[in-house]
Amino acid sequence: MTVEKIEQVLKHGKGFIGFIVAGDPDFEKSVDYVVALAKSGADVVEIGIAFSDPSADGETIMKADLRATKAGSTTKKVFEFVANIRKRTQVPLVFLTYTNPVFKYGYDPFLAKMKQLDVQGIIMPDMPLEEQDEFVTLAEKYDRSFIQLVTLKSGERIPNIIKRASGFVYVVSSLGITGMRQKLSTDSHDLITQIKQITNVPVAIGFGISQPEQMAQFKNADAVIVGSAIVNIIEAHSYDAEEKLQNFVKSMKLAW
Amino acid sequence: MNNKMTTSKKGYYGEYGGQFIPELLMPAVNAVAEAFNHYKEDPIFKAELKNLFDNYANRPSLLYHAKNMSKDLGGAQIYFKREDLNHTGAHKINNVLGQALIAKKMGKTRLIAETGAGQHGVATATVAALFGMEAEIFMGKEDTDRQALNVYRMKLLGAKVNIVETGTQVLKDAVNATFQDWTKRIDDTFYVLGSAVGPYPFPEMVKYFQSIISEEARQQFLEQTGQLPDAVIAAVGGGSNAIGAFSKFVDDNQVKLIGVEAAGKGIHTSQTAATIANGSDGIFHSMKSKFLQSSDGQIDPVYSISAGLDYPGIGPEHAYLADIDRAQYVPITDDEAVSAFEYIARTEGIIAAIESSHAVAYAMKLAPTMQSNQQIMVNLSGRGDKDVAAIARYKGVDIHE
Ligand SMILES: Cc1ncc(COP(=O)(O)O)c(C=O)c1O
Repeated sequence: MTVEKIEQVLKHGKGFIGFIVAGDPDFEKSVDYVVALAKSGADVVEIGIAFSDPSADGETIMKADLRATKAGSTTKKVFEFVANIRKRTQVPLVFLTYTNPVFKYGYDPFLAKMKQLDVQGIIMPDMPLEEQDEFVTLAEKYDRSFIQLVTLKSGERIPNIIKRASGFVYVVSSLGITGMRQKLSTDSHDLITQIKQITNVPVAIGFGISQPEQMAQFKNADAVIVGSAIVNIIEAHSYDAEEKLQNFVKSMKLAW
Repeated sequence: MNNKMTTSKKGYYGEYGGQFIPELLMPAVNAVAEAFNHYKEDPIFKAELKNLFDNYANRPSLLYHAKNMSKDLGGAQIYFKREDLNHTGAHKINNVLGQALIAKKMGKTRLIAETGAGQHGVATATVAALFGMEAEIFMGKEDTDRQALNVYRMKLLGAKVNIVETGTQVLKDAVNATFQDWTKRIDDTFYVLGSAVGPYPFPEMVKYFQSIISEEARQQFLEQTGQLPDAVIAAVGGGSNAIGAFSKFVDDNQVKLIGVEAAGKGIHTSQTAATIANGSDGIFHSMKSKFLQSSDGQIDPVYSISAGLDYPGIGPEHAYLADIDRAQYVPITDDEAVSAFEYIARTEGIIAAIESSHAVAYAMKLAPTMQSNQQIMVNLSGRGDKDVAAIARYKGVDIHE
């Protein structure tokens, strides 16, 4: 079995991208949880690498990072974790990490490792357009996708960001940091339309999405990204979250 | 040696600096850069700022010859650049007046800031009151405990103080929290960053406003003594008072530039904040610089008795000045700083901030190794009223604030 390309998987629309912090609640259990997400219909899984200072994240993911850190998270351990996932599922994977752990490991060796483990893409929220040249060039060399983020504030920057889009475009639905939100702004609907006019790369929307009822307003996106809601289930049910995770993903997929 | 502070790529000093900030804030940061580059060339802005410096902040600050200390130590003549005499009691006001004036010109109505020792928070609260702006300050829980007096000062000035209980609950966590707040409310809000750190333009802008320290000092030395100092010593947290004290001397190669880092319990312990001594290259707080971190790139918890110096990084220009050997960075422990705090009080009748006392402590080591016709400038970045209760506790004296 081989891993299908993200662009291919998300091309059909109604995609679901789930997020899990590697090592939450521990490194064995979170393999099971990635497998559970994949089984219940997640099209892509984002693997978060715990960081000491997750400054773009809200309380939910901060706490997950702490749990993973307690479970002994290191960059090496995360790579072993991915290798273990690969023994059980061929779901496309992307990393979500702050820049420093990647910088410390070395951009080139990190991307080489991603290729070896068949992790197709990487999201680094603190590496904007202005600072990407070196990394994006290397990512191309290893045929890995550097996932571009677009926000409600990106405005005239959008064409330049989209020029570099690969894998999928991550549309950040709201201001602020990660975390579940009751109400989501409808402005991102227009933003998605605007982006889809200038690229064929799939467009995924995330940040704050947590309920099936919220899916309807993003019908024009190719996929939704759900993080904090999944992490909350793991926080609440710890070692016993598998079934809850599967039910959640199924309910979200159904609501599309 | 090439001392030119020119930057090859925008916002870089050698290989350090940059703008590693989330896309969400990038337009806001670029707008600040544009405004800064515009107003720093604007004669009206410059005149307004000078007026605030001279008539509100009490500039120029004195260059004071510490004769008792010079005589007692035997060796170089010691001069204090008295930033402690500024309104609000530290160099922080220089930067806040500059940034807040830019914020006002940009039409912003709300200032947010991180603070460690509380001096930057107090300065921001003060200027917000003066300009009729809203102020919200973020401060680590541990710092609100050890700098309780400054917390009350900020509230008195009308600012809202948010206690940061995430992470290690000190300065770096306050910076994280302030950036987070900015992402939630961008349109009317300006982040007044308190040190020479963060994404471009902040390190450059903070240097620009703090350079008044060395601009005045250079002239004062020439007027008072007919010569430049042989060494300039300043404490380094993120590096704003130090870069301000260094910048106009950088091209004078004969002037030694010495940054003093907080060694805490010692650089061979884990309870330290000496970044140049123990750190390595990394990307954090929106900049490429040197950081105290694990081999995996996780940021280390840091420690110093000084709430203004226990920062796991250093401004990118300092990393560069260290790299090219133009400046030297030395560690001073808690014990050495506390001794200096007491020494300067007794010999010169000056209660200096515990941050500044780190610089004084190094001057106490350096002066005796120099000649009596040589001179040292110590940047007294702030006054120590805020520290008296904590130092008393450190010495085992229980006083109620
Ligand atoms: C009096 C004083 N000196 C020095 C510092 C350290 O900051 P910086 O390195 O930016 O000058 C502080 C910070 O709070 C301070 O209050």
